[in-house]
Amino acid sequence: MTIALDIQAVSKRFGALTALDQVSLSVEAGEFFALLGPNGAGKTTLISCMAGLSRPDSGHIRVMGHDVQHDYRAARRALGVVPQELVFDPFFTVRESLVFQSGYFGLKHNDNWIDEILHKLGLTSKANANMRALSGGMKRRVMVAQALVHRPPVIVLDEPTAGVDVELRQSLWVFIQELNRAGHTIVLTTHYLEEAETLCNRIAMLKAGRVIALEDKATLLGQGSARRDIMLRLDPPGLPPALEPLLLRREGSKVWLRLADIDQLGGVLAQVQAAGARVRDFEVVELDLEQVFVARMQGKEA
Amino acid sequence: MSGFYTLFYKEILRFWRVAFQTVAAPVLTALLYLMIFSHALSRHVDVFPGVGYTAFLIPGLVMMSMLQNAFANTSSSLIQSKITGNIVFLLLPPLSHLEFFTAYVLAAVVRGLVVGVGVFAVTLWFDLPALSHPLWALAFAVLGCAVLATLGLIAGIWADKFDQLAAFQNFLIMPLTFLSGVFYSIHTLPPFWRGLSHANPVFYMIDGFRYGFFGQSDAPPLLSLAVVSGGLLVLMALALRLLRAGYKLRH
Ligand SMILES: Nc1ncnc2c1ncn2[C@@H]1O[C@H](COP(=O)(O)OP(=O)(O)OP(=O)(O)O)[C@@H](O)[C@H]1O
Ligand SMILES: [Mg+2]
Repeated sequence: MTIALDIQAVSKRFGALTALDQVSLSVEAGEFFALLGPNGAGKTTLISCMAGLSRPDSGHIRVMGHDVQHDYRAARRALGVVPQELVFDPFFTVRESLVFQSGYFGLKHNDNWIDEILHKLGLTSKANANMRALSGGMKRRVMVAQALVHRPPVIVLDEPTAGVDVELRQSLWVFIQELNRAGHTIVLTTHYLEEAETLCNRIAMLKAGRVIALEDKATLLGQGSARRDIMLRLDPPGLPPALEPLLLRREGSKVWLRLADIDQLGGVLAQVQAAGARVRDFEVVELDLEQVFVARMQGKEA
Repeated sequence: MSGFYTLFYKEILRFWRVAFQTVAAPVLTALLYLMIFSHALSRHVDVFPGVGYTAFLIPGLVMMSMLQNAFANTSSSLIQSKITGNIVFLLLPPLSHLEFFTAYVLAAVVRGLVVGVGVFAVTLWFDLPALSHPLWALAFAVLGCAVLATLGLIAGIWADKFDQLAAFQNFLIMPLTFLSGVFYSIHTLPPFWRGLSHANPVFYMIDGFRYGFFGQSDAPPLLSLAVVSGGLLVLMALALRLLRAGYKLRH
């Protein structure tokens, strides 16, 4: 497998603040990778280091094998970044912005691809509108388009869906997934964890500049392990004392139990029956990314 | 080279789209100077032998306008991009430092020359100056604009806010251009001020440019050419160093 993004021991300080602390991670070509973390975790700083907008104090970053400092031209050609901040050039139209951006990458005659991006991002009718005249969400779409003009093998989206409507979110993800299937590597940051959960196959979590989780989504969500959390509503509500050690929490007549192995389920139900209680409701609790995220940020297992 | 060409073209388009402000306004300003000064001073100021004051003033005003606008083009474009944040679109692509530098500076030279032609066009019917060495005039125009454009690039990179840039412009560029012999020949100055003028690099630009018109000058034209070219090389080296280091552009 080719390594699309190779980040090694990257540290970055702003005065006394350590924004990135020995961050190492690598993303293989073709992955759909999520970079998650609370505000100020260092996600944007890490992306800036990849893009050469910031220089790390130590460590190395390679994009498609090209060092972002020593071989910056090749590295930048391989990378398309949608910055987090909404920025635009008020002097030009949407199409001009895209033609210029192509030109900066040394591309001429890129009109077919530009038309296609405009179409996919729902910008065709705005192609000749001045950037100033666009709504915020439309400007965001143009920023996505600008990151794609040179068909970069690695695409980094820093909160691309902040402040955009449902329709664009959906069409954006369809388009990005299409690019991913066509072989582009995608790195995404977002605070909408369900987005990351549906789209990504690997996830890194950053907290205060450190990587605190770096796993496949399935592993992170506990899929593939036999452990399960279940919810029971019993009548009468009391839990048989033998099951107390499994108790996670209680809410009214509902109890949540953690089974180290789903095999234990039969035994649990038998004990409930033996205690003379009836099961009125039952559910296997699926872990979602949000729960895992919150738990990991608090330094616990979900 | 296409990255360079795109940036160059974009910078040209940027000022051309607002040509009323970036070209017409400075032409009008120069015209006002010419009307006021040629009326007020033509009988009091002694310039070159055989050259009328208005004819003398015209090349000075043309050059001053070119220089100020070359400076304004790079500096205002950069500071606007920095403050609005759209500079990021130039920092993400694989533009080399040299491409970045030459595109900005050449576009500013073009703006300077366009303004120069405009000022020349509206002023020459006052009193047509001779143009005895057009190539000298052109060389000084291009080099002078390049020097100020480079200075504007450096100022635009350095300044974080518009008022810092304004300070640079008001306390450095304006005094240097106004005290460079645009409105008078420095040989009429008392020795101290004449000596001081020789320390002003803009003086050599104006004086060399005038040499192209009248074949006469306060300083030898080759010396002026050397000073201006030397200044350009020094500033270019500095600007390229700042760009390579990513000073204030890449954190
Ligand atoms: N140019 C800068 N100067 C000083 N401090 C900075 C600078 N850029 C970022 N920081 C600090 O570095 C830390 C990480 O910021 P960063 O923008 O990378 O966070 P983030 O994970 O992208 O957060 P968010 O989710 O809010 O976008 C923050 O504490 C921030 O204040
Ligand atoms: Mg961020």
